[in-house]
This record gives sequence, C-alpha cells and structure tokens, in this order.
Amino acid sequence: MENQGQLASLTKIIKPYLPDDVAIESVDLNSHFIENLNINSANLVDIVLDVEDEFDIRLENEDMDRMQTVKDALEIIALKTKEKEA
Amino acid sequence: MTNRVVVTGLGVCAPNGVNLEAFRNSLENGSSGIRFHEELKNLNFSCQIAGKPNIDEVNLNDYFTNVQLKGLNSSGLVYGVIAGLDAWENAGLQKNETEPDWDSGIVFGTGILGVDKFREAVYKVDQGDVRRLGSTAVIQTMASGISAFLGGMLGAGNQVTTNSSACTTGTEALLMGYERIASGKAQRMLVGSCSDSGPYVWGGFDAMRILPNKYNDHPEAASRPMSATAAGFVPGSGAGALVLESLESALERGAHIYAEVLGGASNSGGQRNGGSMTAPNSAAVQRCITDALKNSGTTAAEIDTINGHLTATTKDPEEIKNWTEALGRKDADFPTINSFKGHFGHCLAASGSIECVGTVLQLAEQKLYGSLNCADIHPEITKHIDSSCIPQSTRDFAAKISAKASFGFGDVNACAIFKAYT
Repeated sequence: MENQGQLASLTKIIKPYLPDDVAIESVDLNSHFIENLNINSANLVDIVLDVEDEFDIRLENEDMDRMQTVKDALEIIALKTKEKEA
Repeated sequence: MTNRVVVTGLGVCAPNGVNLEAFRNSLENGSSGIRFHEELKNLNFSCQIAGKPNIDEVNLNDYFTNVQLKGLNSSGLVYGVIAGLDAWENAGLQKNETEPDWDSGIVFGTGILGVDKFREAVYKVDQGDVRRLGSTAVIQTMASGISAFLGGMLGAGNQVTTNSSACTTGTEALLMGYERIASGKAQRMLVGSCSDSGPYVWGGFDAMRILPNKYNDHPEAASRPMSATAAGFVPGSGAGALVLESLESALERGAHIYAEVLGGASNSGGQRNGGSMTAPNSAAVQRCITDALKNSGTTAAEIDTINGHLTATTKDPEEIKNWTEALGRKDADFPTINSFKGHFGHCLAASGSIECVGTVLQLAEQKLYGSLNCADIHPEITKHIDSSCIPQSTRDFAAKISAKASFGFGDVNACAIFKAYT
C-alpha cells in the first residue's frame, strides 16, 4: 500500500521531465528512465533532487548510479526512508 | 561576389513593449517603458528607476517546455528566447523538428547571462551544497546559453554562437550575421542580443555614479538623450532579434522584406588618444562610421537618418560632433538623428539589437520616431547641427538609407547601414 503511494509520488515527480511523445500512463515499475522514458541524463539529476525533497532523504552518488528504473528508485526510497526512521 | 542580405523577421522584448506591435506603438506614440522599482529603493540604489520588460502577461509555455521552465531564473535568457522565437515566426519560418537546417544559424549576444541563477548557485556552493545545484546552473549562466537554447528550439545547423562587446553587442551581432550570409556561408541568420534585468546587473553602474538620481519620482522624464539636462543613462534590459536572410532565399519563399542591410563596420579605439575602458576614442568612432559607408557602398550624402548610440550622458555632444566630422555634414545639412533610449533607457548588451529593430521599423513604415525628453537640446549639440535635425515627435519621413551605431565599454564601436526595400 505504501509502495503504491510512493509510486504515485514518484510518477508525479517524473511527469514534467517526460518528452512530449512519452505518455505518463506508460510509466511502470520496469520503466528504464533513459532507455524507455527518454529522459535526458541531465534531468535525471533534477529528478533525484526532487525525490530528496519529496521523501526527505539524501541520495549518494552510488545511489544515483544504481537508479536505472522506476523499481530501482522505489527500492532506494524505501531503503533510505527505513534508514532515516531507524 | 557578395550576396545581398535583407531583414525578413523582427522580434523584441523591450521595456516599452514585449512584442513587436506594442514596441512599435510605443516608439510612435512616445510612451515610456521606464518605471520606478521598489526593489532598487530597498537596496539603497541612488537610481531607483529602470527599463524592464513586463512579461507578466506573456505565456512562457508558448516559448519553453515545462522541463525548461523548471528552475528557470535567467531573465536575459527569457527575453532573448521571446524575441528570438517571435522574430523567427514573424519571418514566416518554421522550427526544424526533425533534421537541423544547415543553412540557418544564430549570432545572439549578451553581456552576462543568468545573474540571478548564478546568485542561487553561489549561495548553494558557499553552503557546501554543490550537489543540489541541479542540472541547469550551467546552461542558464553560460554566455552562449541564449544561442544554445534558441539553436535547439529552432534546429539551427549553421554557426550558432554568442558574441559579447558590451553595449556594442547587438549591432555587432547583426554585422556578424550579415557577413556570414553576404559571404555565402549561410542563407538565414537569427541575430540579436539580450541583457538581464535586476540589481546585480545595474548595481555596478549605480556605483560608478553614471545613472540619474533625481528622477525617482518622475521616471518617464529621466532618460534625456541630447538634452542640456541629461543626467546619466537609465539602466535597461530586454532583447531584440532580427532574421537576416539572403535576398535570394527571401524572394524564393516569398517572404515579407522589411529592409536591406547594406553592410557596416566594427572597430576599436584601442583605448588610446582619449579612448579608455569607458570613453570612446573619437578618431575610432569616426573611422567606424566612414568604414561602414565604404563597406556598404554608400556615401555620406546618401544618409537620410541616423539612430545614434546617444545614452543621455555628457558624451552625447561628442557623439554628435563625431557624426558631423565623419559625414562631413553639419548644421541644417546634417541628416535627422534620434535616440530611442528616451523610451526605454539603455538596455546595455541588448541596446543595439532593440534599436536595430526600431531603425528597421522606421524604414519599413517610412516614419521618424520622436526622440523623447530633449526639448532642451544641449547647446554643445546645436553648435554642430541644426535643432530641426532632431525630431521631437513622430512624423512621416521618406527615408532611403539609415545608419545605426552602438559604442561600448572597452572602446569598441559598430555601425550598420540599412536601406529601405522597395
């Protein structure tokens, strides 16, 4: 349930960065940010900052390297949120 | 063999009008774009008035994608994109969506770009938070950000560059684009320039005590080119843009032609013989004007009207004297001369291009726009030219050839010669 909420929040963050020819409906767990969603690698940096603000967490360089798909992003968010709460 | 070059598109985002129609109306009606700015007062500026384009009513989504708008904090870039895309559309040209157009290029200058964005970045860096700058701190603050944004929006495949020569920038950009087409290296060049708004750009000039400080409560009277009571230039900002095109290309696609660019010249006084970082070497100014005539195959006698640099400082009489000596014409034999800076102040790096747009409009509409706030012409000016040479209000005017000059810090000059296209 929480995961659904996080997916919704993440999708909302991704939306403004999608090129005009990629529909928001096509975003799913397996979507690869660069290969499937055609998001410019520079904008991926901005998505990371928006994720940090939304979830009040901090992503390190290695987290960014690992964040290739929507599923990766959700896993990192879950991990960081858990770390914060611990 | 040089190709003839014509102007087929105009765009402007100026303090006295953020589209071509509003800008034209202001020039014709003599309405001012200079306003009091509370922000400057709160920051203890001596000069609390400025010319700033009012873009509140502009829908930026017509110009930028949502991604581009995110974190956009570079006023010069915004003005430049508005003017540049408007000029392209005004020329009846399309964006090249799939392939670059190898025959279309851009020379779009600026003095400094994205000062407000840079300020954001400085604060973050100093706080040790460089990782949170985001991806656009570079593209919004690199000088060539403006030509890069326009290049991507239009799909320009010829030379795409940014020039910078202080207040000469806009006129220089026009000449660079002209040369590229004249020499056959491009068919179309979007030329222009932009300048940021705000205290971080204008503060340095306020500190130099060269801005008027007695007009904070009546800003419309502050910018007084050629006036005996001129008290310094009013800082401005904005952007102007022109689409230059080979005559062949323009005729082939049936484009509307506003005017022809006959040529021009740019030079420097080397900061010698009276020239300095901030003052012009008169010999260089005169040489720039005579070279411009020579390069454009025209003569001093053929110049019908001049749009001067004329910023409303004590240097205005010297500029007039330079024109009289360069042209060998004085008193009532001198061409008409005006300055648009009375309408919108000195838009710095953007001044040359905004004023080139006005100069072309004058030729296209066969009007001479009144020069504001100079009913009391400086006595040092009437020693050289007859007061009737300076139009106090707008009138019809059958002009064929117009000269436009801009001069800048660093002792640099540019002069362009335009001809009515009939």
